[in-house]
Amino acid sequence: MWIGLFFLGLFILIAFLGPSLSPFDPFEQNLKEGLAPPSPQHWLGQDKLGRDILSRILSGARISLWVGVMTVSISLSIGVVVGATAGLFGGWADEVLMRLVDVFLAFPGILLAIAFAAVLGPSLRNVILALSLMGWVGYARLVRGQILVAREEEYVTAARALGAGSFRLIRRHLLPNILAPVIVEATFGMAGAIVTEASLSFLGLGVQPPTPSWGAMLSDGRSFLLLAPHLTTFPGLAILFVVMTLNLLGDRLRDRLDVKSHTQLK
Amino acid sequence: MLPFRGFIKGVMVRLLIRRLLWAIPVVLGVLTLVFFLIHLIPGDPIDLMLGEQAAQADREALRKALHLDDPIPAQYGRFLSGMLRGDLGRSLRTGRPVSEMIAARYPATLQLAFSALLISLLIAVPIGIYSAVRPNTPADSGALFLSLLGVSIPNFWLGPLLILLFSIKLDWLPVSGRGGPAALILPALTLGIGMSALLIRMTRSSLLEVVRKDYVLAARAKGLPERAVILKHAFPNALIPLFTVVGLQFGALLTGSIITETIFSWPGLGRLTLQAIQSRDYPLVQGCILAISLTYLFANLLVDLLYAAADPRVRLLEE
Repeated sequence: MWIGLFFLGLFILIAFLGPSLSPFDPFEQNLKEGLAPPSPQHWLGQDKLGRDILSRILSGARISLWVGVMTVSISLSIGVVVGATAGLFGGWADEVLMRLVDVFLAFPGILLAIAFAAVLGPSLRNVILALSLMGWVGYARLVRGQILVAREEEYVTAARALGAGSFRLIRRHLLPNILAPVIVEATFGMAGAIVTEASLSFLGLGVQPPTPSWGAMLSDGRSFLLLAPHLTTFPGLAILFVVMTLNLLGDRLRDRLDVKSHTQLK
Repeated sequence: MLPFRGFIKGVMVRLLIRRLLWAIPVVLGVLTLVFFLIHLIPGDPIDLMLGEQAAQADREALRKALHLDDPIPAQYGRFLSGMLRGDLGRSLRTGRPVSEMIAARYPATLQLAFSALLISLLIAVPIGIYSAVRPNTPADSGALFLSLLGVSIPNFWLGPLLILLFSIKLDWLPVSGRGGPAALILPALTLGIGMSALLIRMTRSSLLEVVRKDYVLAARAKGLPERAVILKHAFPNALIPLFTVVGLQFGALLTGSIITETIFSWPGLGRLTLQAIQSRDYPLVQGCILAISLTYLFANLLVDLLYAAADPRVRLLEE
């Protein structure tokens, strides 16, 4: 887990300091040196417009971090409200909200994100919105399931007996106790959001040029696979590094929490 | 009391009816969401069909002919009644029936999805079993690392890498297009590797759980060779949870095909969906999204039924 946290910290640092660390302006073109391979001046080479790939990858890190954090924040907020409402109140609220979740879940994978991105138009803000509109359902189901179990606990009965209203019950008693699996899900959710944003940009439905996005860089590099394989290699490695780090961290967090829950049961 | 076989058949029929009834409001919700999503797409489809320089009279005539000037509730009602008749409308771009265009592309996507599924099972099951029978060893760690790598590698990067190696450098396989079994290998591998990574973990954890059961201990106590214990007793029971994962992941295969088909110019439904979105072809977008969603719903229904057929405990719960 510490390795995962270390690399995540490194990614966050690069994302924040990226523009300061970039050796060149990520938007500066040099058409005479288009498709140039890695060199002592341009460590990762140059793209078709002569822009420095390392600088664009460092700038792209900030985009990816922003997408990951904002998407998880928005979809988590929506998901917690919906899931908590459905789980605590039950009845028709639960039925209506869970049928809505089922409708969204009937759209597999990124299909809904593609549809939303097409409706909203390609831009960074709309990508985040599209991913959030797709991502809340997982959190809603998770929170609902956790609350269905937690609401039967004695501390909840005691809180109700002391006069706690529903809002207080959710905020002070239920949410803190169901936080752990939500954090695990959020870690995987961030990885998913970064890959999906890159997928949308790859398809031309996400971040638009000249803003550096790892997915768009990969898409541009596809036409020059034989001539300049570095155009696809380095952005791909960047995505792989970040997503592996988040997935590894999520795995370790889940293992830790499973061990804790087993200990508590004993 | 019904005879046993009749009882099972009765339970399965009731389960099928319950699932189908549940699916109706979900399908209605999907249709509604798709309709309103598509009608929110900016841009006028009349511009697309006639060009922005077309005369206003011509634009209005075409808009009226396509009922695009009707109020949204009326268009929605026409859309729903068309769906019930199986009429998905006509493509704004080509004029061909949408159902015909989807039917022409659908087999290619199914071929790709099933091939990817087969490849993922061929990769995942042996590695998952190998890892489970050697827990907490370097082999196990290697398998888990491979799984982490497979789940993290984006398919829009993996595809071009495979093309670079196998098509360009080695010249073993075609770069793109659909023609012969050789053309299927790279797209199916690109699509299947991510799923195989998940299945490695699922196979491993499922088998690890099963080998702790008493009947496995009994098999070992009888003196059976370890290979027979694992393959004949443990593994068939470990397969059951894999059904659910495969069913859920089939949807991911269908949507992953959008990117894979784009990379390999595979003439499937995914690529058609993307082209329809890019050209604002409302009826075609609706039809494609519906076809993919309904396939996913049907695949999940089938998995639920297979699961119930394979595991009597699930049938009891359903009763």
